[in-house]
Amino acid sequence: MRIRNHPIIDFKKKREISFYFNKKKMYGEEGDTIASALHANDVKVLSHSLRYKRPRGFFCGIGKCSSCFMTVNDIPNVRTCITPVKENIKVMEQDKGGELPNKQFINKDKKRIDVEIVIIGSGPAGLMAALAAAEQGASVLLIDENHMVGGQLVKQTHRFFGSREEKAGMRGIELAVELMKKVVEYKESIQLMLATTVIGCYKGKKRHNLIAVQKLADGDQLFEINGHKIIVACGALENMLAFPGNDLPGVYGAGGVQTLMNVYGVKPGKCVLMVGAGNVGLIVSYQLLQAGIMVDRVVEAMPKIGGYHVHAAKLRRCGVPIYTSHSIKEAYGKEKVEGAVVVKVDDYCQPISGTEENISCDTICLAVGLTPSIRLIEQIGVRTEFILEAGGHVAVHDSSMQTNVRGIYIAGDSSGIEEASTAMIEGQLAGVSAATSLGYDKNASEVKRKCRSALKVFRSGPFGEIPRVGKEKIACCYRNGGLTY
Amino acid sequence: MEVLHIKNYEKTGVLSISNLRLPTDDQLKKGVAIIECVQEIPCNPCVAVCPVNAISMEDINDLPKADFNKCTSCRQCVGICPGLAIFVVKVKDEKALITLPYEFLPIPKVGDIVTALDRDGNSKGDAKVVKVNQKEKTRVITIEVSKDLAMEVRNIRV
Ligand SMILES: Cc1cc2nc3c(=O)[nH]c(=O)nc-3n(C[C@H](O)[C@H](O)[C@H](O)COP(=O)(O)OP(=O)(O)OC[C@H]3O[C@@H](n4cnc5c(N)ncnc54)[C@H](O)[C@@H]3O)c2cc1C
Ligand code: SF4
Ligand code: SF4
Ligand code: FES
Repeated sequence: MRIRNHPIIDFKKKREISFYFNKKKMYGEEGDTIASALHANDVKVLSHSLRYKRPRGFFCGIGKCSSCFMTVNDIPNVRTCITPVKENIKVMEQDKGGELPNKQFINKDKKRIDVEIVIIGSGPAGLMAALAAAEQGASVLLIDENHMVGGQLVKQTHRFFGSREEKAGMRGIELAVELMKKVVEYKESIQLMLATTVIGCYKGKKRHNLIAVQKLADGDQLFEINGHKIIVACGALENMLAFPGNDLPGVYGAGGVQTLMNVYGVKPGKCVLMVGAGNVGLIVSYQLLQAGIMVDRVVEAMPKIGGYHVHAAKLRRCGVPIYTSHSIKEAYGKEKVEGAVVVKVDDYCQPISGTEENISCDTICLAVGLTPSIRLIEQIGVRTEFILEAGGHVAVHDSSMQTNVRGIYIAGDSSGIEEASTAMIEGQLAGVSAATSLGYDKNASEVKRKCRSALKVFRSGPFGEIPRVGKEKIACCYRNGGLTY
Repeated sequence: MEVLHIKNYEKTGVLSISNLRLPTDDQLKKGVAIIECVQEIPCNPCVAVCPVNAISMEDINDLPKADFNKCTSCRQCVGICPGLAIFVVKVKDEKALITLPYEFLPIPKVGDIVTALDRDGNSKGDAKVVKVNQKEKTRVITIEVSKDLAMEVRNIRV
């Protein structure tokens, strides 16, 4: 299941790490998460559902969906998709509600950090926010729950569109490395905390207050973090689709599969059905081919392909068919996916009976959109609105990315689903705005002007229409206190 | 319900010749860049890379347009285009030389015989590899096929 030869990524063989799964000894590689190491051993069933004992696998691969919960060294509910595998750890299937072990595992005092600007999330938005704020002179704490920086960039092996200034032609994986280098250059002013999840967010008069948990080798550490300004760049989660069998192991988010193969070098399976022909579906299908995995077809319920034609064309000339006005009817299999039934749909997305077709495949990827992550900011009282074009409930913000709660900023996918290039610009805008509100100013108004005009350019073409409408509605909500449909 | 005007390539992902601006026979003999980028997407590295300014665009969301007379068939745009949408085609006697981007393994060597594929991924017979540029991860490969396939072959299988 390991990818050894890849046209874009150099997957070197790394040091072996042994661990136990349900008491059986297995081997992973340095850099693996528990879920990727299990997958490399062909273990796809990670648990069983509580009531009906249905098998469960992972879905999102980025710590957002909870479908990969397992018990690790007696601690239940561990998100195995973002937890690195360690020598001799004991990983158990968790088939009943998790119970904390009797032994006291937290006996450390809470630590406290005071800082000017806290940034939650180190994806393209968070990284650029940190750099922009540090350039202005502010001191920054950059937090991410993953064990590496870069957010979704670290899996994007394709080259970006855009102009030279927006790093067009660079691959996301290269961009993550470049941005990280810059963060290191600013080490005087940017403090980085990885493997740290922000779990609470409280409003203060002058400063806001965050509660975070850092995973350490000798147990977890609780932090109280006080920041004058907080920038939330937590990204988005992948959408599920309702169909019989959608809970079978082997039904994965397309981004989850992208993470598994491009970050950890593990194949999700041998033959894939892709559901959704937006850019994520098209790009991940092409990347599956690059990893040596067969893609049976792409089905898309809409009458036309939603992603860029150039991405569709790359896939078509490799011989992968794209079926528009088609969708998945069901997935079947005993313990994991063994096949799927696809069906033609009418103009109202209703299945047309008699058009069913059976496909044998071991993996089904869902690329049916993303939903902004807003759980944290809701806690602090940030106003959210349901805006379809922005991907669901989003935080309402002004043109400096500040929300209705003073001192709380938002950027990237959390403020409306778009892409990496716009996430970077929004992050920069939020970083500069937060720094200027603290009194820093190094040509700040010029930087902000440039960001706003770059965003305008990105959102002005026909493909920018949906995010543009989304952002216009957000602006309306901010000014007028709501939308009337 | 409103009648939707959906272009065929928006349904299939496959362009037909009629979607493209075509060079004259003389321009083909000289060798030209064929840009198969037909939607207004925010992108312009092709414009920036061309050493003779043969590709033009009003603004970044505009369609790239190649001036077939200016183009010197230098191939630089083939490797830079993030959409892998540019091909250089040159007709020489009864043969066509097609330069295309390639991002798979194995990488062919000069002299290898590979399978030529059209925009649908269907085989169009054998092609001879005449040039391989490996500088970037997106390899730029030139193959030789018969002249009548000049506007059809857009990929290879090694
Ligand atoms: C799975 C997936 C695949 C995608 N593929 C592509 C693609 O191929 N091309 C493209 O252009 N766009 C793609 N996108 C779109 C994506 O929106 C952008 O590329 C971009 O990554 C968004 O940047 P961001 O910084 O807002 O969020 P992200 O890059 O998602 O970064 C968010 C970060 O926040 C961290 N985080 C979240 N919650 C917490 C918390 N409570 N505490 C601490 N840290 C937290 C996460 O670990 C993550 O690192 C994809 C999106 C997803 C979700
Ligand atoms: S082949 Fe060279 S000269 Fe012709 S358009 Fe491309 S970059 Fe310009
Ligand atoms: S670089 Fe490629 S994708 Fe971008 S505008 Fe030019 S031809 Fe289109
Ligand atoms: S949280 Fe681990 S797969 Fe979603």
